[in-house]
Amino acid sequence: MDFKLSEEQKKFRQEVSDFLEGEIKQGLWEPSCDAWIMGYDPEFTKRVSRKGWIGLTWPKEDGGQGRSYIDRLILTEEMLRYGAPAACHWFADRQIGGAVVHYGTDQQKKELLPMILKGEAYVGLGMSEPDAGSDLASLKTKATEDGDDFIIDGQKTWTSGGSNMNWIYLVARTDPDAPKHKGISEFFFSTDLPGVSVAPIHDITGGVHFNEVFFENVRVPKTALIGVQNKGFYQILNQLDYERSGMERLMANYPLFEALVQYTKETRRNGKPLSQDPLIRSKLAQLKIGLEIGRMHMYRVAMVMDEGRAPNWESSMSKVYGTAFEQRLAGTAIEILGLYGQLSPQSKRAPMKGMAYHSYLSSKGYSLQAGSSEVLKNIMALRKLELPSQ
Amino acid sequence: MNLALSEEQEMLKTMARDFLADKLPKATVKEMEESEEGYSAELWKEMAGLGWMGLAFPEKYGGSDMSFLDLAMLLEEMGRACLPGPYFSTVVLSGFAILDIGTDEQKDEYLPRISSGEAIFTLALTEPSASYQESGIETKATAEGDSFVISGTKLFVPDANIADYMLVAAKTDKGITLFIVDARSAGISTTVLKTIANDKLCEVVFDKVKVSKDNVLGEPDQGWKEIEKIIQRAAVGKCCEMTGCIQQALDMTVEYAKDRKQYGRPIGSFQVIQHYCADMATDVDGTRLSAYQAAWMLSEGLPCAQEVAIAKAWAGEACPRVMALAHQIHGAIGVTIDHDLQYYTRRAKAAEVSFGDASFYQDVVAKEMGL
Repeated sequence: MDFKLSEEQKKFRQEVSDFLEGEIKQGLWEPSCDAWIMGYDPEFTKRVSRKGWIGLTWPKEDGGQGRSYIDRLILTEEMLRYGAPAACHWFADRQIGGAVVHYGTDQQKKELLPMILKGEAYVGLGMSEPDAGSDLASLKTKATEDGDDFIIDGQKTWTSGGSNMNWIYLVARTDPDAPKHKGISEFFFSTDLPGVSVAPIHDITGGVHFNEVFFENVRVPKTALIGVQNKGFYQILNQLDYERSGMERLMANYPLFEALVQYTKETRRNGKPLSQDPLIRSKLAQLKIGLEIGRMHMYRVAMVMDEGRAPNWESSMSKVYGTAFEQRLAGTAIEILGLYGQLSPQSKRAPMKGMAYHSYLSSKGYSLQAGSSEVLKNIMALRKLELPSQ
Repeated sequence: MNLALSEEQEMLKTMARDFLADKLPKATVKEMEESEEGYSAELWKEMAGLGWMGLAFPEKYGGSDMSFLDLAMLLEEMGRACLPGPYFSTVVLSGFAILDIGTDEQKDEYLPRISSGEAIFTLALTEPSASYQESGIETKATAEGDSFVISGTKLFVPDANIADYMLVAAKTDKGITLFIVDARSAGISTTVLKTIANDKLCEVVFDKVKVSKDNVLGEPDQGWKEIEKIIQRAAVGKCCEMTGCIQQALDMTVEYAKDRKQYGRPIGSFQVIQHYCADMATDVDGTRLSAYQAAWMLSEGLPCAQEVAIAKAWAGEACPRVMALAHQIHGAIGVTIDHDLQYYTRRAKAAEVSFGDASFYQDVVAKEMGL
């Protein structure tokens, strides 16, 4: 057992942190909450790409750096710590690139990976449908074989990244007669095709990060199929472990945490700084403790991945934990701000750029996206604790 | 970074678990709890024979030269087995302090006897103020010739009823001094308190107890620095015990949920029970990860005030959550005195308040955050 990072890892953390601080100092962007999913900044993504920080864990022969998942966790942790606008490349880097590396043909690797590495694939995640949420295998969007193509028809919803995407990752039914888990395939294709249309969904913050996406007779070449036809569901399970595993499930609102601590030091109420109020101190300490426990869960997941295992229950555990933590952070921030907590980012006198308001509303969705906490607890119960399903 | 146990640690843990499962059925725990001494001299000897007392002490003191992290594995299993007795008092509270700041003579005299299981030690630190702060110590030690004379009341002293020696923290001229005191010295009277864990926490009254100056442990007046280390070590030790305790409570609960049938199916197949169990598992793992991290840092001699505080504050809040769900899932059988679960409920509660509770360590974390 050894809890320390290696010297190279410490250096790497410093390098990432120096880079991000430099960016902020140059005024290229401002730290914000949820920037990993809402912060679209193509130029930032290009700069990250030039550092070689996309595809960090992919094999070198695929254009990656062949580095460990701990290294990637360090990278993403710093990105989140500084609230960096990394949404352009996040999904492609986190899960789609990995899926191509894992399941793609040589041809797909040659075509798709360089684009992802250059930060040019803004990917939307086309998974949920109006009648297929947690029960993803009930999806109805069809991909019907037609010569060298598939014809896609149907509707996706809650498609993260949909408004800015130029590529979509799509799961669709390729065998309507097979049992529901056994007739699903994965696709990855450009959205610049006739028949694809996108309608934004405004979430309760007023922002848009998920969308409805409609497919009407969309003709995609068979080369868009990733992996084995009709085995998509099993491939997805594996990818979902990765989707759930990251630091973005714990530290998406780190800028709020940092600002909140600072706010209590600088704000006086009843003649003394808020940070000297025992109740507030205790609340903030509980947040710090919760954060550090969460970080250990996240590092454990990365270590499991570095051992070459799929972190199925570990990533479920860390995501349930992390998203509950973020909801608590946002709630506590509003409690501490009191009346000021209700002011939106657009309002006069909003403290901390209205981050508490934003996070409070935004965090409601965290325990739903990428597997609801309830579904993830089922996974823990069945796979880790081996409780009976009936 | 690597969270895997070494082969040696795995072996130690498995051996300890098997040994304690064999030697310590709950009926035996009960007997030990109800006995006047609160431990079994026979089991104590066997544990010494396995090298447990000297595990982390140097070979020249009869030890095995292993680390505090290795010891953490043992403590976790002791927590799992609800081991009563003075292991924690002797090794974690006292032995390490002697090793840390004792003179060569003191180490030569006491450590081999601890390693062999011959001497039982404890720490007489807290007082009626029930505080882990320096200001909580009122007991006084006054220099008189070649001796000090100690007077005052120590409270919540574990295992004082059977201890051969006590490390006593007392106020001296310019600070706090630690003394190694023969527990049978004239002027010491001990009363066992009745506690939730059914362990032997004692009131120990010192009435003009004479102690030779040779028995000062560490620098006179500088004892508080070492006491802070002792508290830190003890807090981490407790976190390891608590990990074992709630892990076992979870394991028992999962087994029960698999077996117990209602409405024609195991209750563990109901999602509400599954989710309770998942919540318990998350708390158990967070407790273990933070306990191991703190134990590793102590082992490496790294500064770890914040990590210790995080571990104990977390354990202090996670344990009652886990135990509450364990009881809820066990239903009425779990609240009967004959069911094993109550051993864990009682011990978890005692461990929560020992060596700093959650609010104590939240305050430490707040200070570390610059609040």
